[in-house]
Amino acid sequence: MVSSLLRFPGDVFADFDELHRQLDRVLGTRNASSSIRAVQRGSFPAVNIGVTPEAVEIFAFAPGIDPSKLDVTVDKGLLTISGERSGYAAEAGAKVNVYASERSDGAFRRVVSLPEDANPDRVNATYRNGILRIQVQKREASRPRRIEVKDAR
Amino acid sequence: MSNAQALTKRDSARGEAARRDQEIEAPALIPLVDISEDDSGITLIADLPGASRETLSLDVHGDTLTIEAPIALEESDELKAVYAEVRSGRYRRSFTLSRELDSSHIDATLKDGVLTLRLPKLEQAKPRRIEVRPA
Repeated sequence: MVSSLLRFPGDVFADFDELHRQLDRVLGTRNASSSIRAVQRGSFPAVNIGVTPEAVEIFAFAPGIDPSKLDVTVDKGLLTISGERSGYAAEAGAKVNVYASERSDGAFRRVVSLPEDANPDRVNATYRNGILRIQVQKREASRPRRIEVKDAR
Repeated sequence: MSNAQALTKRDSARGEAARRDQEIEAPALIPLVDISEDDSGITLIADLPGASRETLSLDVHGDTLTIEAPIALEESDELKAVYAEVRSGRYRRSFTLSRELDSSHIDATLKDGVLTLRLPKLEQAKPRRIEVRPA
């Protein structure tokens, strides 16, 4: 259960996230101990992060983007995902009524700070079904290793 | 024998609990949509990242259109979550259709996690210009 990114522990409290966010907004108290690069929830694209013994995997939920217009860069331990989504929502006009316009469009940019042991030279990114998956390999030295015990005799 | 019975009973109870655990998942995510209407019909665009054509279900039941899709990440088993903004395994959203829409001719395409639905209006519901003749 814990292994799945979509069943992140703390599901019970996920419902409170929106309430939490609203309270933050009303009371003006961002969590005092939050990361310096923390962003408000609800940013586009939404990001899930997981680790395996070999790599750090970042899943960005970015539907409807031409992969050639997606830009992934790693610089000084910061992974930046940027791009642009062209809005093909109909413009309201004389003959068009718009009832809902919830999807965001235009340029976006998100930054994720990578752990110390991530190797910026070995990054692999794929885009499928609207999900950008970025795999950053860990440095060889930090991977779990089995140490052989030699016979002293 | 009574022992064995108790054992199977306990087993089935455990199985039930496990099933219940699976059912009590995070509530489905509500996908964001754009909806616009022109003379010939309504266009609905929904963001469904992680949904694929094989697993997406579009269901019209009576006058209710339901969009439902599981989210597939294809993560490996040894992946441990450290941070998650998307905490549900599926999308679900329903819309009530009005009578002038032709629910038997809905056209749907899914590309890069974006679903585009075209709901045409019935022929008789399309706007017509009524000519006023001189008396």
